[in-house]
Amino acid sequence: MKVLTVERKVLKKNDDIAAENRARFAAANLTVLNLLSSPGAGKTTLLERTLEKLAGRYRLAVVEGDVQTDNDARRIARYNVPVVQVITRGGCHLEADLVQDAVANFNLEELDLLFIENVGNLVCPANYDLGEAWKVVIISTTEGEDKPLKYPPMFRVAQVCVINKIDLLPYVDFNLSRAREYARGIQPDLQFFELSARTGEGLDAWIDWLENLIRQNPPDSGSTRKPGIEKQQ
Amino acid sequence: MFVDKSLFFFTFGLIKMYAHSGKNGVHMHEMSVAQSIVQIVEEVLQEQNARKVLKVVVKVGELVAVVPESLQFCYRAITEGTELGNSELVIEPVPVRAQCLECGRDFSPEVPFLVCPHCRGGRVKLLQGQELQVSQLEVEE
Ligand SMILES: Nc1nc2c(ncn2[C@@H]2O[C@H](COP(=O)(O)OP(=O)(O)OP(=O)(O)O)[C@@H](O)[C@H]2O)c(=O)[nH]1
Ligand SMILES: [Mg+2]
Ligand SMILES: [Zn+2]
Repeated sequence: MKVLTVERKVLKKNDDIAAENRARFAAANLTVLNLLSSPGAGKTTLLERTLEKLAGRYRLAVVEGDVQTDNDARRIARYNVPVVQVITRGGCHLEADLVQDAVANFNLEELDLLFIENVGNLVCPANYDLGEAWKVVIISTTEGEDKPLKYPPMFRVAQVCVINKIDLLPYVDFNLSRAREYARGIQPDLQFFELSARTGEGLDAWIDWLENLIRQNPPDSGSTRKPGIEKQQ
Repeated sequence: MFVDKSLFFFTFGLIKMYAHSGKNGVHMHEMSVAQSIVQIVEEVLQEQNARKVLKVVVKVGELVAVVPESLQFCYRAITEGTELGNSELVIEPVPVRAQCLECGRDFSPEVPFLVCPHCRGGRVKLLQGQELQVSQLEVEE
């Protein structure tokens, strides 16, 4: 019997492909956002509202990740935006190689913004870097304000937090300031947008932020910015 | 209704759809973590010209979203009947250590909050607790 010291990162392959993706996006001067939430928090609805505002003026594309169906891609396609549906057949998250395959369908040089809607899940996608510049975690007011405490890894890796469905605040016990406080306790540099993807309330700040991202050259990237929580080497 | 990755098809001229064929029926990411572990073990066995692995030690940091029981379950499920079938998977949890970026001191935070107990600073550098790696193998030559 022999003991071998190995020390190999389990997700190294994913991280390597994510790094390749990131380099390709950077070379194309393209900003990529990864939208993360539990099922039904409103990722697709927020994308629809966003495309309504921006699709005519900028060159956008979407990668949709779902366990089954191309329903979300069909919703996106109505806005005349190129979209690729990735069906994971049970897989609970997108991995970097799937994104690499998916974006091979786009001419990245001709895009201003690329959205990746991850599989609805607040746990697993946190471990998988896709090469995106921004991880945007979306929670909705129907889920309870303690989501950041229950799913801390996701909030730790995100740079942006959207609190969606604020139109429902009168009907649910959701304490906005406590939600922010919990989330900032996990990730002190988290940037917030509070909005309703249904009524459009609060949407302008989100749209302005996206337009600013498009205008910046070279693009700003949350993933390379020094965060409140510095990753272990 | 889904198609294989090789068979792209179009709807509205815009949607391209494909199914990921590699991880059929996988319902948790611990399965994909277990598959990566097996891959690494097989690589090492080949590199070292070793015949059989008896024990696989994996370090899992406290901040990593991996449930040890699920990982054990998935590892068993995918190694059963293979050359790794009788190997033992040992999961070594790694507690979090952080360095405060305000006062410079090291501390063990009360997870999930990474707040410095000395100065209440919230900006930290993680020293350990994010590992997910195969750290050791016991092999038969
Ligand atoms: N009241 C209200 N409903 C919303 C809002 N945003 C989304 N919804 C509704 O919430 C439901 C789920 O929205 P989706 O956009 O499909 O959620 P999703 O996160 O894309 O869901 P998955 O892709 O299945 O994970 C739909 O019925 C939406 O109409 C909002 O701001 N207010
Ligand atoms: Mg959706
Ligand atoms: Zn301190």
